[in-house]
Amino acid sequence: MQLSTRHLLGIKDLTAQDIQLILDTATQFKEVLQRPIKKVPSLRDVTIVNLFYENSTRTRISFELAEKRLSADTINFTASGSSAAKGETLLDTVNNILSMKVDMVVMRHSASGAPHFLAQHIPAAIINAGDGINEHPTQALLDAFSIREKLGTLEGKKIAILGDIMHSRVALSNIYLLKKMGAEVTVAGPPTLIPKYLQQAFDVNVSYNIEETLKWCDVANVLRIQLERQNQPLFSSLREYNLAYGINRRLLDSIQKEIVIMHPGPINRGVELDSDVADSKQSIILQQVENGVAVRMAALYLLAGKRSEN
Amino acid sequence: MKTILSNEQLQLTIQRLSHQLIENHYPFTDTVFVGLQPRGIFLADRIVSAIETLYPANQLKYGKLDITFYRDDAHKQLHVANQTTIQFSIENKSVILIDDVLYTGRTIRAAMDALIDFGRPAKVELCVLVDRRFNRQLPIQPDYTGKAIDSILSQKVTVDWEKPEVVLL
Repeated sequence: MQLSTRHLLGIKDLTAQDIQLILDTATQFKEVLQRPIKKVPSLRDVTIVNLFYENSTRTRISFELAEKRLSADTINFTASGSSAAKGETLLDTVNNILSMKVDMVVMRHSASGAPHFLAQHIPAAIINAGDGINEHPTQALLDAFSIREKLGTLEGKKIAILGDIMHSRVALSNIYLLKKMGAEVTVAGPPTLIPKYLQQAFDVNVSYNIEETLKWCDVANVLRIQLERQNQPLFSSLREYNLAYGINRRLLDSIQKEIVIMHPGPINRGVELDSDVADSKQSIILQQVENGVAVRMAALYLLAGKRSEN
Repeated sequence: MKTILSNEQLQLTIQRLSHQLIENHYPFTDTVFVGLQPRGIFLADRIVSAIETLYPANQLKYGKLDITFYRDDAHKQLHVANQTTIQFSIENKSVILIDDVLYTGRTIRAAMDALIDFGRPAKVELCVLVDRRFNRQLPIQPDYTGKAIDSILSQKVTVDWEKPEVVLL
């Protein structure tokens, strides 16, 4: 058993078996993380650079921790404070780093397709840690892992993805993954934040009614409103968005059903999610973060295994 | 194909190994058993239940250890990880590592590394069903041996737990 791909650029390129293998391996790594010594020597001979051209807290820390727990050597690069600010191109920066004998690149970039471009030009294995509005594969994998841990399986489960679908790479990766694993997906939010042909392209249900969608689903994955990617106003105000599409305790109590609440973070409290929901027992937001390390360890471990084939 | 241990011989061997362990470790207050995934656990299951049948009052501490992430050939061949369950402390305990076939010694080397990440055992002993005496690549020897055999590199030892029997291919 091994992955069908050399890079992890997106869930789009993975098969259902690949996803299964990553999630199963992550289960074993989660056990490693409960041990007194939370570290294994698997990637002792691997050097990884974390290349972050865009801000990140969770993903960057999670990847770094995953790398360290696998005993890999790591280098961190953030665009601010680097020569990227002096105008060096992406390819030049990466080639310079790779000439120092780096085996794998974990990369976040604000331009969609940046890791795909790099994959065509450099020999190292690449893991996409989020590219623009395209994909964020490890987030979808950790969401799937968390759902599987909570509900036992993904197959046949009803998953709602709520909020800013248009600008969310988490939404796209989740849709790819959930459909491949046989879950039912509904996306819901304001019409201006849901791309027009989503239903035809991905075979997902589209709804503009949050309450109905909550009544339908087993799990609600609430997404962040990405104001930084909206160059024109798509709803009148944050306050109005919260009133029409925000999830609060009163709404959740009214549907008379115990659903699981997820959020990829960072939360805009009082916009898409109110604190009385985010901090409640129904929310598995912090478990998602915990699982993120195990899932990223699995992805790194399996891709490092592919690396030496060449 | 040559049968090394028939079904009947295999039962006797397991009984003998269990008695040797009882002799050295009874009443097992400071002894724990760790079977190696994926194949060693079948022998470990049988040894632990044989001892528990003889001394039902003793609740043995028995765990399973997967060494995939500790292998020294992780980049030559990708192995799928199995479950590790060690629900007790091994600190200052005597640990009996149990595996089916001892060959190059590399699995046991990895197992000792993995084990030490769970604590500092007072002592580690090794119990194997089949010891392929030649072709050892590391200085590792078993403390309890079911059967020692001489085999060459091209041969393969298979333990079939369904029949059960041990054969040399």
